[in-house]
Amino acid sequence: MGKTLAEKIWAEHVVRQIEGEPDLLYIDLHLIHEVTSPQAFDGLRLTNRKVRRTDLTIATEDHNVPTLNIDKPIADPVSKLQVDTLRANCKEFGIRIHSLGDKDQGVVHVVGPQLGITQPGMTIVCGDSHTSTHGAFGALAFGIGTSEVEHVLATQTLPLQRPKTMAINIEGVLKPGVSSKDIILAVIAKIGTAGGQGFVIEYRGSAIRALSMESRMTICNMSIEAGARAGLIAPDQTTFDYIKGKPHAPEDFDAAVAYWSTLFTDKDAKFDLEVSLDANELEPFVTWGTNPGQGLPLSGKVPNPADIADTEARTAAERALVYMGLEAGTELKSIAIDTVFLGSCTNGRIEDLRAAAEILKGKKIASTLRMLVVPGSARVRLEAEAEGLDKTFLEAGAEWRNAGCSMCLGMNPDQLAVGERSASTSNRNFEGRQGKGGRTHLVSPIVAAATALRGTLSSPADL
Amino acid sequence: MEKFIQHTGTGVPLRRSNVDTDQIIPAVYLKRVTRSGFEDGLFAAWRNDPEFVLNQEAFKNGTILVAGADFGTGSSREHAVWALQNYGFKVVISSRFADIFRGNSLKGGLLTVILDIAEVEALWAAIESDPSTPITVDLESRTVKYLGKSLPFAIDDYTRWRLMEGLDDIGLTMKQTESIDSFEKARTSLKPKTLPIKS
Repeated sequence: MGKTLAEKIWAEHVVRQIEGEPDLLYIDLHLIHEVTSPQAFDGLRLTNRKVRRTDLTIATEDHNVPTLNIDKPIADPVSKLQVDTLRANCKEFGIRIHSLGDKDQGVVHVVGPQLGITQPGMTIVCGDSHTSTHGAFGALAFGIGTSEVEHVLATQTLPLQRPKTMAINIEGVLKPGVSSKDIILAVIAKIGTAGGQGFVIEYRGSAIRALSMESRMTICNMSIEAGARAGLIAPDQTTFDYIKGKPHAPEDFDAAVAYWSTLFTDKDAKFDLEVSLDANELEPFVTWGTNPGQGLPLSGKVPNPADIADTEARTAAERALVYMGLEAGTELKSIAIDTVFLGSCTNGRIEDLRAAAEILKGKKIASTLRMLVVPGSARVRLEAEAEGLDKTFLEAGAEWRNAGCSMCLGMNPDQLAVGERSASTSNRNFEGRQGKGGRTHLVSPIVAAATALRGTLSSPADL
Repeated sequence: MEKFIQHTGTGVPLRRSNVDTDQIIPAVYLKRVTRSGFEDGLFAAWRNDPEFVLNQEAFKNGTILVAGADFGTGSSREHAVWALQNYGFKVVISSRFADIFRGNSLKGGLLTVILDIAEVEALWAAIESDPSTPITVDLESRTVKYLGKSLPFAIDDYTRWRLMEGLDDIGLTMKQTESIDSFEKARTSLKPKTLPIKS
């Protein structure tokens, strides 16, 4: 019987396989940031261990960094200590780092692909659950905890139980105004936040093949929101074209393409589970609750928990409506927004900025809200400025910031206030995720832009 | 790592499902560079509520958290495990755990035990009617025991052995250095390196 793509990549990386033990898997690339690494480096020092492969390890600063005044020292002393600790650790252990102010600084999952260091067939890990992003290149990429960060630093391997495989088949053509963010929000609403637990997801079908690399990254990025540690897409010409010319693209590109072209799920392979979604039917999607599975088409209404049969889901919906300050039956499009956040590892790439800028061009955002535009990396910022996108955002009344995780998580100065409501292109609408008491609606970049113009949740078709 | 063979303590009922790691410990508490001191951030938003279970006198000394389904979803922050451990929890029981959280907990010696939802409900009821109910979690026999009941739970042999021996995963892998060396010798040169490129 044939193998799925995930099984092929897994098999190519098994260092040791013993019955009754986890497989020992080799890791091709380890990405590091300031939050989940300090205790791992401490562990190495305590045990007198070294970093086995500094040449397969790379660091950047993203979670804590401010997006304003980046030429000045970080104001929060605790954040500053964490960033300084990363810099000192990289220096001590000999690891390449892209610090604040460097053109390759940025959100770790934007930096890897833009350097061309994320390539098909690799195993990629990072102490961050959105590492699944890199799966868009046909890599097996997943988030790990700090103990595992230390394990990879010391051994360049991880002991892992083999995951099950799930295919999500998405056939058809997206309607105008529907983007890959809507696909993944619809997937999560369908299978639930636990639907992918124990699985690696492979996204397949004509709707996926038609997507750009950056749109594919948005989908794989949120695999973890469906409970799956990793999500991937088989590489194709779109993938090869994206990598070509990037700083770390292989020198022998043809040989690399020949290898990458073997990375697909065999016709006779069997997935443990298959799910289908019709791309033709999809609409712009938005979340109404406090987990990413609580989403609906934007044309819908806030659901009534009483209509939900499952007790657990009903209780969760009741709690979510209280936290979100929403009444059942309210038209989603009538919900007024205080802050629009365009950015993050989900939607902070150049294509996301271009799509939003096209909608904002020559218009002004509503006077009732603020809009933060935060490029995913310093390089994305430079690229956007070269195209004049910064002017479009500024003229529309939005703020143009420096690169970082920013308002995706309440860890740096960019946060929601208590009760403040956002339309956010990020990935999590958990209670307090964007700041204590903040209320988050997850949306695509173009829905974010349309919402900024109208002041209430809107799609471009409403303009 | 401390060995885990058996633990007896009292339970804390957390009647919520989908408790994500941002609830277990909000990002603002993740800035420490040590492994200790995270107990202040544990369930930080909820602890402002005097009714919250951890604020109730009867549950102050509990060491076994009994939570709703899908505990630990979201971020990969191991700080969530450390916050629970720093606070004093030894075991978390739920009907389902998110993958990364479960992996992190078992690496760090916080035992996560899966029971069916009906068993979790019964345990909640027992703890709520008498918070001093002793609960024993026995890794050796893979059972949770309370009020004369003995509920089996599943955990793979390898993880059980490692926890019972208190073994460090890295130390175990270090013994396989020869296998790693030979894997690296055969590894394709097409794979990228992070060394700065000449430009």
